[in-house]
Amino acid sequence: MTYVPLDISDLVVAASLMLINGLVSWAFALKLERTLFINSVRMALQLAMIGFVLKWIFAQTSPVWTAGLATIMILVAGYEIVSRLSRRPKGFSAYLLGSGTLFLVGTLGTGFAVLGIIGPDPWYQPRYVLPILGMVLGNAMTGIALTTSTLFESANRDRTAIEARLSLGANRFSAMGETLRLSLRTGLMPILNAMAASGIVSLPGMMTGQILAGLDPIEATKYQIMIMFLIAGATALGVVIAGYAGVLLITDNRHRLRLDRLHPAKA
Amino acid sequence: MIRVDKLKIANLPALSFEVGDGECMVIEGPSGSGKTRLARALADLEPAQGHIFVNGAERLETPAPAWRHFVRYLSAEPGWWTDTPREGLPMDPKSEAQVLRLMASLNLDPQLLDKPVSVLSTGERQRLALVRALIDDPPVLVLDEPTSALDQRNTALVEEVLRYQLINSRSVLLISHDRDQVARMADLRLQLAPVDETPDSARQTTSPILSDTQTSQLSAPQK
Repeated sequence: MTYVPLDISDLVVAASLMLINGLVSWAFALKLERTLFINSVRMALQLAMIGFVLKWIFAQTSPVWTAGLATIMILVAGYEIVSRLSRRPKGFSAYLLGSGTLFLVGTLGTGFAVLGIIGPDPWYQPRYVLPILGMVLGNAMTGIALTTSTLFESANRDRTAIEARLSLGANRFSAMGETLRLSLRTGLMPILNAMAASGIVSLPGMMTGQILAGLDPIEATKYQIMIMFLIAGATALGVVIAGYAGVLLITDNRHRLRLDRLHPAKA
Repeated sequence: MIRVDKLKIANLPALSFEVGDGECMVIEGPSGSGKTRLARALADLEPAQGHIFVNGAERLETPAPAWRHFVRYLSAEPGWWTDTPREGLPMDPKSEAQVLRLMASLNLDPQLLDKPVSVLSTGERQRLALVRALIDDPPVLVLDEPTSALDQRNTALVEEVLRYQLINSRSVLLISHDRDQVARMADLRLQLAPVDETPDSARQTTSPILSDTQTSQLSAPQK
């Protein structure tokens, strides 16, 4: 099996496909030309930069640099969760909820994979740690953002029902039980769907990458199955933690519903 | 018996009052004067400074869920979280008998229990919520316009149920806009007036600031 490297001219050829997007935007007067241009340049620059950063970090095999990049990834993913919420909690708590949960499931998930399953030597080899952490974070982030935004939206919509249950003497977790269940279900849906569709409808990105890089498809599949279970487990854990933390955030220790702790919905 | 000591809500002056066993206090005031916030604060659904005692138990020294078994708040638009009323009501044999008895006295067909909440009329939902609020016999009832969606006949039935609660030594705090209902039900009256936030002294007369002394004066028996 051979691996065909791409050079810059190949990328330029691929970039010409953006002309289709430009044409669509122009033909339907979508006025997206500017956004298209900026975002595709941004994508190319960001990926090129992370390529160099990873190359450098892989060369070091230093736990400190690996941990440093991992921290940045967790913080950015936490920020991304908050920016996906239509009703944001006031103050710093949402970032803490997002990044805190991601830190926990990211560390647990990645640690489980490199220490318990793959076992590279040394175990902190960034070549294994960082891509796995990235996949765990990306999926947990989607799940957590969906869970918390559903939780805050439906708590707001079902305020009278939740307060009716509180008034009848329910504690905050049973009063918000239905709301929490709906939120957890929503947050878990993407990963459950991904597991059902993968291999038939879609070839997962990591597996595709490994196959393109010349790895035997069977070996790539084994890695992908492991990653899928890892992602599903980490997402489930993250969704549950974020769900309960979200309930704590919009209630107080006198079991009151505190929607005043959320900003009004974005217009 | 409920005793409120210097309860501070929004821009109302600190409120102090007492409603004894078997007494009904009507809370009056224009929209926005803080009636609902007072009611919610009594059930500790909203943070408020000050002390509230029910039969010797103090609000903040009692776990909140237990407190809401003492002070039962019924909102003006009670929410439901199940498809049918039956699923949202306790249905052990004793409670079920209580539910059916209360429904009969409020002119509610027992078949309503298994209809989707969404097809019930506003008045039916309002009376069912009252049933739900009374099942565990809370000693203090705080009712936010419990007859706003009801015709005269059903209003009379609700008042009859409330009188029965009073005979059984419960305290009832009733928010009402209906003058006739106030006249029929009130042993005590609490009049809330919003504090005028504009520093226009000429308007002070139309919008009097409620003081502690006025509050206690307002608690003068009607009967």
